[in-house]
Amino acid sequence: MSLRGRACIVGAFEHPTRKAPDKSVAQLHAEVAFGALQDAGLTKADVDGYFCAGDAPGMGPLAMADYLGLDRLSHVDSTDIGGSSYLAHVAHAAAAIALGRCNIALITLAGRPRSEGQATGTGARAQNPTVPDDPFEIPMGRTVAGSYALCAMRHMHEFGTTSEDLAWIKVAASQHAQHNPHAMLKKPVTVEEVVNSPMVADPLHRLDCCVISDGGGALIVARPEIARSLKRPVVTVRGTGESIKGQFGGYPDLTFSGARFSGARAFAEAGVTPADIRYASIYDSFTITVLIQLEDLGFCAKGEGGRFVRDGNLISGVGRLPFNTDGGGLCNNHPANRGGMTKVIEAVRQLRGEAHPAVQVPDCGLALAHGTGGLLGHRHGSATLIMERE
Amino acid sequence: MSERIIAAPVIDPSTQSFWDAAREGRLMLGLCRDTGRHFFYPRGASPFTLSPNVELVPASGFGTIYSYTVMRVAEPYACAYVELAEGPRIFTNIVDCAFEDIRIGMKVRVVFKPTRDAEGAAGAPVPMFAPA
Repeated sequence: MSLRGRACIVGAFEHPTRKAPDKSVAQLHAEVAFGALQDAGLTKADVDGYFCAGDAPGMGPLAMADYLGLDRLSHVDSTDIGGSSYLAHVAHAAAAIALGRCNIALITLAGRPRSEGQATGTGARAQNPTVPDDPFEIPMGRTVAGSYALCAMRHMHEFGTTSEDLAWIKVAASQHAQHNPHAMLKKPVTVEEVVNSPMVADPLHRLDCCVISDGGGALIVARPEIARSLKRPVVTVRGTGESIKGQFGGYPDLTFSGARFSGARAFAEAGVTPADIRYASIYDSFTITVLIQLEDLGFCAKGEGGRFVRDGNLISGVGRLPFNTDGGGLCNNHPANRGGMTKVIEAVRQLRGEAHPAVQVPDCGLALAHGTGGLLGHRHGSATLIMERE
Repeated sequence: MSERIIAAPVIDPSTQSFWDAAREGRLMLGLCRDTGRHFFYPRGASPFTLSPNVELVPASGFGTIYSYTVMRVAEPYACAYVELAEGPRIFTNIVDCAFEDIRIGMKVRVVFKPTRDAEGAAGAPVPMFAPA
């Protein structure tokens, strides 16, 4: 069964907070759920499907459905593939709706790593003795930033990609973030400022990294008949794809991501090509994440990413492929260290024509959102979503 | 270079023999008997066939750097993937070498470095790599 046209995104809400020391994670989930339902013109009583991932406290749906008072659920799903979970949740919600298991699904994400003082990118993690890779990798000082840096170093070695190329990705995000009053980093930066910022994990500089922020977001996915009865512009799910990429016995190729597979699946289901996409939300935990995913999704050939992102090609109104017009994780927000939710939300804004006027893509009818969750250089999940305005 | 404390690996019955060999200075790899391919990290099932027809075999200990990074933290260290002569690329550290001398393609050999657990007791040593 194809999921094309089987469900619509009818509600989307991004929490405006970037630092929430006085709120609990569960409370943030409630606030984004309420916001998304209000956006859709629905109420809690309409929700019969619920989706959350590892950021949700307790056993996910058990704690959260109870806390949120979701007493009419006929379908739940707590798939956790890191920051890409929420893109997969949209696909899973569409599948559940197509199968008649629910009609209106709520997806929530929230967290407060900033208030908790997490050294998300560079901090050492404790070993979980039940995770088989931990004893072989944690003693080696495995970190998030280090894992992505290993990919960047290899990409530079094989394809001649430069730090200046990567910097253009941050420059584009910062050009967009200056128009977002909620963005953590609103000041436009230059290529020179990025490459002269302190080194975090060679070859990634501080400004190659995303922000650490509190906050969250939520989405409402509904049956198309319901979507058309609501007052909001109709955003339809057109293509979906997922994949997991690991080392598979010690044979990692760091030059590509699972986007190669999830993207191909989503484009096949949607029946469109990268050239048809008017706007793209691309997961941007680091600049290198964007570059590798753009290649794997087919926006340019493998190894050509550096050339593709140069000279403002990702800047709305300037380049060929406007990306992350909210400022993305690099400048705006990376709630719970999981950026997939905000990727979908900004794509929905673009398709509704509700992005900031300075970054709105004219007549944006087809958009893509893509996420990577976990560690790009070790093991990660990928999920791709193609959406269209009806 | 300042000495950083390397965390002791948590050992379970399925990985005990790998770490026992490490204490004797020997790097071991998984071998899938059905395909003849080596794998890392070791486990009781082949990642190629899922068959339990696997064994732990000695590695030569030689390889080349596939990629690396230097973590610029308070006590900097160099992470890398080293491609072993037997094939697997393993996540490790490059040690006993100035950071600026590290290159992709550099030939390296295994050296075992001591570890400490949370209480400060010695753990099994871990395989890291130095210029060959």
